[in-house]
Amino acid sequence: MTDAGYDEWLDAVDDGEGFYLACPEGHGSLPPRRVCPHCGSADLDHADLPTAGTVETFTICYVGGPDFADEEPYATAIADFGDVRLTGVVRGVDPEEVTVGMPVEAAVGTNRTTGDDLLILRAR
Amino acid sequence: MTGVRVAGVGLTHFGRHPERTGRDLFGEAALAAREESGVDPEDIESINYGNFMGSLAERQGHQAPLMAEMAGLQCPATRYEEACASAGVAIREAVRAVRSGEADVMLAGGCERMTNLSTADVTEGLATAADELYEIRAGMTFPGAYALMARAYFESFGGEREDLAHVAVKNHDNALPNEYAQFHRAITVDEVLDAPMVSDPVGLLDACPVTDGASALVLVSDEYAEANGLDAPVSITGSGQGGDNLALHDREHLAVTPATERAAAEAYDDAGCAADDVDLVEVHDCFTIAEVLAIEGLGFYDHGEGIGAARRGETTATGDLPVNLSGGLKAKGHPVGATGGSQIAEMTRLLRGDHPNSDHVEDATVGVTHNAGGTVASAVVHVLEVDR
Ligand SMILES: [Zn+2]
Repeated sequence: MTDAGYDEWLDAVDDGEGFYLACPEGHGSLPPRRVCPHCGSADLDHADLPTAGTVETFTICYVGGPDFADEEPYATAIADFGDVRLTGVVRGVDPEEVTVGMPVEAAVGTNRTTGDDLLILRAR
Repeated sequence: MTGVRVAGVGLTHFGRHPERTGRDLFGEAALAAREESGVDPEDIESINYGNFMGSLAERQGHQAPLMAEMAGLQCPATRYEEACASAGVAIREAVRAVRSGEADVMLAGGCERMTNLSTADVTEGLATAADELYEIRAGMTFPGAYALMARAYFESFGGEREDLAHVAVKNHDNALPNEYAQFHRAITVDEVLDAPMVSDPVGLLDACPVTDGASALVLVSDEYAEANGLDAPVSITGSGQGGDNLALHDREHLAVTPATERAAAEAYDDAGCAADDVDLVEVHDCFTIAEVLAIEGLGFYDHGEGIGAARRGETTATGDLPVNLSGGLKAKGHPVGATGGSQIAEMTRLLRGDHPNSDHVEDATVGVTHNAGGTVASAVVHVLEVDR
């Protein structure tokens, strides 16, 4: 299954060319979008995703769904990348070591259960 | 515009019903509501039915006409899906149909069957209320999403797990006398804190259980109630619905729920009341932090103040603003598609004086119900008032 916009975005992150969609009002969002989800502007440009983000909140998940059976326990975090936030699985550090404010970078990894590509927030 | 009265309510026991199907559960609730209402079945014009994951759990889509059959009715029936707020929107649309003069008598409610699924399959099914691309694929579960909000709350406003534990303890206490509740077991703060972690900082006893159950209401116009001599002292006087970005990471603040604020503002305005007028409330406490977010979103507390409310005794049965006298989702149970209807059924019983916890709110006239979908990307608020 391909997901127009999303797969392209994940590939870009994997190539170190991560981007987000920016509207004239300065709102950031992630594809696929036809309009800004905050103000409705159809004038969306690609902007460079900052290399570094910081963990804003996280959870250590001990009970995942079937797609994450081989990951438990794993940390899922929401990280601040300036005009946009990303939600991803934290790697490069034990789940118990994750903290709010921790610096991370966006990367692409593999879901150990399904083999699918996965957005990773890698500890820097 | 006509007023809308709750002529009858019906609930199944909330809990594990491995031997029963969803259709059987909803049939029981609908017949109970019909019987209590005293309404001639021929007068019921439509059924608004809430259900979230029946296609996954029972391989049964197109449930609404099936549920009409089970309720013994031959009338149009439509399913409403808004994740855990499914019954809330089903009832809101029924209220709107009666108010507009389009219908005089509606049956509305919902049902969910969940315990027949494995924990992993329930986790996956519930997670579909989140953003598939950006949240589910990042391992977000329903408890996980609320854990992200809980930690964001602690970071922004303070508070700790022990504050949340008091919410769980309170709601278990409230469920003790409720015959429809899943849990009839008092718990302690230490038990909540020591329970296994599901998704840190959400522990097993911070989370609502997996539940089977159904709820149903018969709603009638003022004119119909009067013409048919119905005993229906409780009216739905306000209704509101609010929305928000689906994915948590797109929200301005991770521990504030504007969908609730928007729904509440509309419902209060509709009823001509304010948060200060409310005597008791049933809120969507799928997790302990959700109750905190709800009472702040509904305007009873400023941001950062709601987390201490249960610990300070303000929202307990004997407090100034009892919250979740039914036991809430936490202890009464949360069959997701039935919950919004159950909240209004419980509030009706509380205001009429025939709920086992009615003694705590003898003089209450205004109650509010709050039903949320997903991580509060949708919220439905109703104001109920009783003739005194
Ligand atoms: Zn914008």
